[in-house]
Amino acid sequence: MTTSTQLGTSPVRQSKLTRGQRPKWLVPVIGVAAIVAGAALAALVGFSIALWALFAAVIFLVVGPLAVGLIEGSRSGTDSLMTFLVYAAFILAVIPLISVIWTVLVNGIPGLTSNMLFTSMNGVTGFHDNQADAPGSVIGGAYHAIVGTVSITFWATLMSVPVGLLTAIYLVEYSRGGWLGKAITFFVDVMTGIPSIVAGLFAAALFGMIFGPSTRTGFVAAVALTVLMIPTVVKNTEEMLRIVPNELREASYALGVRKWRTILKVVIPTAISGIASGVTLAIARVIGETAPLLVTAGFATAINWNSFSGWMTTLPTFIYYQIMTPTSPTNPDPSLQRAWAAALILIVIVMLLNLVARLIARAFAPKTAGR
Amino acid sequence: MSKRIDVENLNVYYGDFLAVQDVSMNIEPRSVTAFIGPSGCGKSTFLRTLNRMHEVIPGAYAQGKVLLDGDDLYGKGVDPVTVRSMVGMVFQRPNPFPTMSIRDNVLAGVKLNNKRISSKDADDLVESSLRGANLWNEVKDRLDKPGSGLSGGQQQRLCIARAIAVKPDVILMDEPCSALDPISTLAIEDLINEIKTDYTVVIVTHNMQQASRVSDKTAFFNIEGTGKPGRLIEYAPTTDIFNNPQKKDTEDYVSGRFG
Ligand SMILES: Nc1ncnc2c1ncn2[C@@H]1O[C@H](COP(=O)(O)OP(=O)(O)O)[C@@H](O)[C@H]1O
Ligand SMILES: [Mg+2]
Repeated sequence: MTTSTQLGTSPVRQSKLTRGQRPKWLVPVIGVAAIVAGAALAALVGFSIALWALFAAVIFLVVGPLAVGLIEGSRSGTDSLMTFLVYAAFILAVIPLISVIWTVLVNGIPGLTSNMLFTSMNGVTGFHDNQADAPGSVIGGAYHAIVGTVSITFWATLMSVPVGLLTAIYLVEYSRGGWLGKAITFFVDVMTGIPSIVAGLFAAALFGMIFGPSTRTGFVAAVALTVLMIPTVVKNTEEMLRIVPNELREASYALGVRKWRTILKVVIPTAISGIASGVTLAIARVIGETAPLLVTAGFATAINWNSFSGWMTTLPTFIYYQIMTPTSPTNPDPSLQRAWAAALILIVIVMLLNLVARLIARAFAPKTAGR
Repeated sequence: MSKRIDVENLNVYYGDFLAVQDVSMNIEPRSVTAFIGPSGCGKSTFLRTLNRMHEVIPGAYAQGKVLLDGDDLYGKGVDPVTVRSMVGMVFQRPNPFPTMSIRDNVLAGVKLNNKRISSKDADDLVESSLRGANLWNEVKDRLDKPGSGLSGGQQQRLCIARAIAVKPDVILMDEPCSALDPISTLAIEDLINEIKTDYTVVIVTHNMQQASRVSDKTAFFNIEGTGKPGRLIEYAPTTDIFNNPQKKDTEDYVSGRFG
């Protein structure tokens, strides 16, 4: 009772514990001041937004920590300097990302017509492009490229996930630091560094040797992508399996469970969310590959669902060819529009994959709630 | 079922390192045997040789004989998996399977081995095992909740339930209470007293009061110095170890006069 009245009568009383702290408004005010001062300075030199941002950031990074340091002592000053630096680094890191997404959205959305999504380039010639005068009247699209991307990635995933998963299981659960395990680790590390075009040439040469020169199908491309995916899947799965506590394996052995069953029923389920998201990220990485596809899958304008015969186009190669060799050399705008729209579709697919990875991770994550 | 264990001249190695030297002892069925001794003297190592969990560690092996009702665990052609289904183990840190519910944790020994079990039998097994581990009343309403959501003491009792659900003959416990609060510790000690009517229990403990409370016989292990192998110094009825030890080392250790 007494305490509450006391508190009520002295609303401005400052706690002894918070004395000597900076007022809440200090940092925002310095921020605003830095923006204004930055604008003024930039105007002196010759105004541009980049200069403005640079000056404002520098002023803020100098004045903010100084002010905090003067009020709260040097430890707090250093602390806020570091905090602001971390935020600055973060902003620098996301600028390119946001700018890429923004550019692709702005350029891609006008081209995202139903033609784009549901028709191929079969029979579309420079004549049609010359006729097109508005974004909506461009005909032809990337349906065949979407089909190609989906089927080639599907085959690549189907081949690389089992191989990668089993390799990782061997490395973590069976090799016990033997020479074979060390050799595999070494070669996987080397494979990680293979340039993607080399993987493409490898697949092209391999199939050329077996089925005759210039064998180009979606499957050859899938093999090239498999070479690129396997090391990623191995490395990631290995990591995920290693963080499964040994105690769980021992608990399982102590119940009289065989090793392979322990791996299958205890170790993998415990790590599955990480493994699944790793696989998805590996897919997301190869889905945007261009170089190896140019030398393995050929180039098609028509829809081809069959990865084992005939050439195929994927979204990245579609973009590449639309930009480098526009359908109508005299009027490249429709091709440009298709390229941007295809880029947007590719980004959306990758984002969807990431989303799927998160959902999988959430669905499989060990259940820890409900204490 | 409950079986006797006879250990004859057992040497236990980690690679080249001899961790436990020349241990021989006889453990009676339906009794509780406690292993005490300073840290690093090889109690855990020795315990893990009793169900061939020791060799799970790369490079680790044991020489000598461990007879379970006369059959040598380390005999030719003996499958360690069979041994482990007869000799269960409870670890120092509670380790329920995080991906499984409480019910599935209890059934883990059955399900992981893909044994067929009707859902009625499964229900009965879950109830009897959890009752056996004094946990049934606390969890019967949330059997489908994850096991990792229980308190530490409950988790440890869940691990005991999981171990007795496979109906072993022997239960080994490696400092089962060292991560638990006093109340949970008491609950587990009571439990050990109850299950010794059905099982041979071997328990490693750092707590000498605990050894004297729960065990019938006590084995004192010691080590001469780091890098030296651990040895069995004295093995006798618990009252003798604590009240009338034959060896000076034992006396020093149980009376707290230990360097
Ligand atoms: N995984 C291992 N690899 C090698 N040496 C080990 C391992 N585990 C334990 N040791 C060694 O074996 C000896 C006995 O250890 P341990 O059985 O854990 O002792 P305690 O359980 O009595 O504290 C110690 O010297 C320890 O360093
Ligand atoms: Mg130990």
